[in-house]
Amino acid sequence: MLPIIFVLPLLQLVILSNAATFEVKNIKFAYIDNDKSPTSRALIEKFNASTYFDVLTDFPSEAIASSAMLKGEIDVVLEIPRHFERNLQKEKHGTLGVTINAIDGAAAGVENVYITQIIQSYNKNIRTALAQISDVQIQPINIETIPLFWYNETLNYKTFMVPGILVLLVTMITLFLSGMNIVREKEIGTLEQINVTPIKKSQFIIGKLFPFWVIGMGLLTVGLILARLIFNVPMVGSLALMYFYTSIYILVVLGIGLFISNFTDTQQQAMFIAWFFMVIFILMSGLFTPIESMPKWAQIITEFNPIKYYVEVMRMVMLKGSGFTDILPQLIKTSVYAIVMNGLAVWSYRKTT
Amino acid sequence: MGISISNISKSYKNVKALQDISFDVKPNELFGLIGPDGAGKTTLFRILTTLLFPDEGTATVAGFNVVGDYKEIRKNVGYMPGKFSLYQDLTVEENLNFFATIFGTTIDENYDLIKDIYVQIEPFKDRRAGKLSGGMKQKLALSCALIHKPKVLFLDEPTTGVDPVSRKEFWEMLKRLQQKGITILVSTPYMDEAALCDRVALIQDGKILEIDTPEAIVKHYPKPIYNVRANNMYQLIISLKDYEFNHSVYPFGEFVHYTDSRTDFNPKELRHYLETKNLSDIEIQETEATIEDTFMELAK
Repeated sequence: MLPIIFVLPLLQLVILSNAATFEVKNIKFAYIDNDKSPTSRALIEKFNASTYFDVLTDFPSEAIASSAMLKGEIDVVLEIPRHFERNLQKEKHGTLGVTINAIDGAAAGVENVYITQIIQSYNKNIRTALAQISDVQIQPINIETIPLFWYNETLNYKTFMVPGILVLLVTMITLFLSGMNIVREKEIGTLEQINVTPIKKSQFIIGKLFPFWVIGMGLLTVGLILARLIFNVPMVGSLALMYFYTSIYILVVLGIGLFISNFTDTQQQAMFIAWFFMVIFILMSGLFTPIESMPKWAQIITEFNPIKYYVEVMRMVMLKGSGFTDILPQLIKTSVYAIVMNGLAVWSYRKTT
Repeated sequence: MGISISNISKSYKNVKALQDISFDVKPNELFGLIGPDGAGKTTLFRILTTLLFPDEGTATVAGFNVVGDYKEIRKNVGYMPGKFSLYQDLTVEENLNFFATIFGTTIDENYDLIKDIYVQIEPFKDRRAGKLSGGMKQKLALSCALIHKPKVLFLDEPTTGVDPVSRKEFWEMLKRLQQKGITILVSTPYMDEAALCDRVALIQDGKILEIDTPEAIVKHYPKPIYNVRANNMYQLIISLKDYEFNHSVYPFGEFVHYTDSRTDFNPKELRHYLETKNLSDIEIQETEATIEDTFMELAK
């Protein structure tokens, strides 16, 4: 059992951190060039040069391009109208048609941004090329934004995802193990034997939960080592702070697991309830989707999501180097949560039925 | 110091598991609770071992109330549930050590009490409990229930699913434990084991049918009882059940136990009757009543 507990989650860390990225790459790009001029070819060349786009083919007509998109062969179609070059030179104005497959709305948004960026930079070049000397005086001043990405300068998704997925591992394993454990004793009948002994409730519960606490901390350790070695995630903040916060956080999860255990009679029921909460906690943790973009009521619910705090703290400490006072709000909320959950769990655990 | 139960009732939703049960077990007595499956034996055990609250009535175990003094009871009783409930993935020795520790004692401290039993499983002390045979598991469970030197021992169907030789050994062990001053309440669905107890209570459908020594219970049997045998068992039972004077008919091993409703019963008449039913090799003998007969009579 112990190898399973460690190997599978770590496998998950390696796979998920590499796979669960929001970077949109390898966009299947096609174009319809009705102009066939040097200007239009230069524009297509721009797309060809971009690492995000795989320039597929030139479609002779819009109908063929549409049917290719319907079959899922292409994601984006750029249509260059006839007389594109001429219009640009004469009227200083041109239009381009862009069709994006928006089944995945998020990806479509990202693709739109990439396309706009490429066309804008192309636009700038062409303006310089086409501008005549007499125009220089009336050329408007360009406002340019130069973004600086703090705490993750290269916008590396792994840096962002690894701390979050590490959180999932620690949470899932400790929740499932603790949720399953006392129910299992109920099922095989050992709990009945234990219940007629003078052992105290608190002794029994501590005895039951302490091993999982240790396993949780062990998982964190191995996960951090992997994050460092495989993903080279920066660890700006203090390791001691991470461990301190985790030690309290695991208590919350164990309390929830024990609580589930007390209200179920079979491992199947416990598994089901644990899954239910796990899925809600994960999806509403801000790990995959930002909490700020959730509806107001959902944001209120996330206040009760321990995973949310843990994800925040891990990212803050690991990537920003936040100190004790920075994570104090999360720490206090988690501590209160731990006390409440374990209090409920101990209270609801009965040696008699 | 024994067990005293007065007017205990317990219901699960609409099933009345126990109805107004009262009896006493004297200190140092080997008391048997005899009844079929579903009679309420386990429910009574769970109440006495403080795992379940009774709906009505009170009970004391070793002088302690099962509701108010449950902590004291847990220190002073040994309980062996019907289902094997030790840790299957711990070894024999680890299990024993674990339970000794929980009760705040050590194996050495009370070794003399479990010695007779433990020596039989000691060769396997490094084996996991789940890998033991049925009889060995019972011995280990009994050792664990005894490790803290309990005053009262509760054994819920300890011999169910155990082979006849181990069953016999088990009852011999119980007799020896009784000599060491432990009060024992044991339940069993086997009527033949009842004769080994000091006193027994016959229980069915949550009600006590009778409480007495096994000898007295047998003597209470109101009628002479006959072993009847013939060449065709099935035909025999049907014929006897059709017989107008029959009082009770039920199979008992290779015989049918038959009682007659008349006081001046003559076995010859019955023989004639059975012969008219085309049965041959008919044998009719008067026999001693057993606890099972009494139980069947009371449970009618």
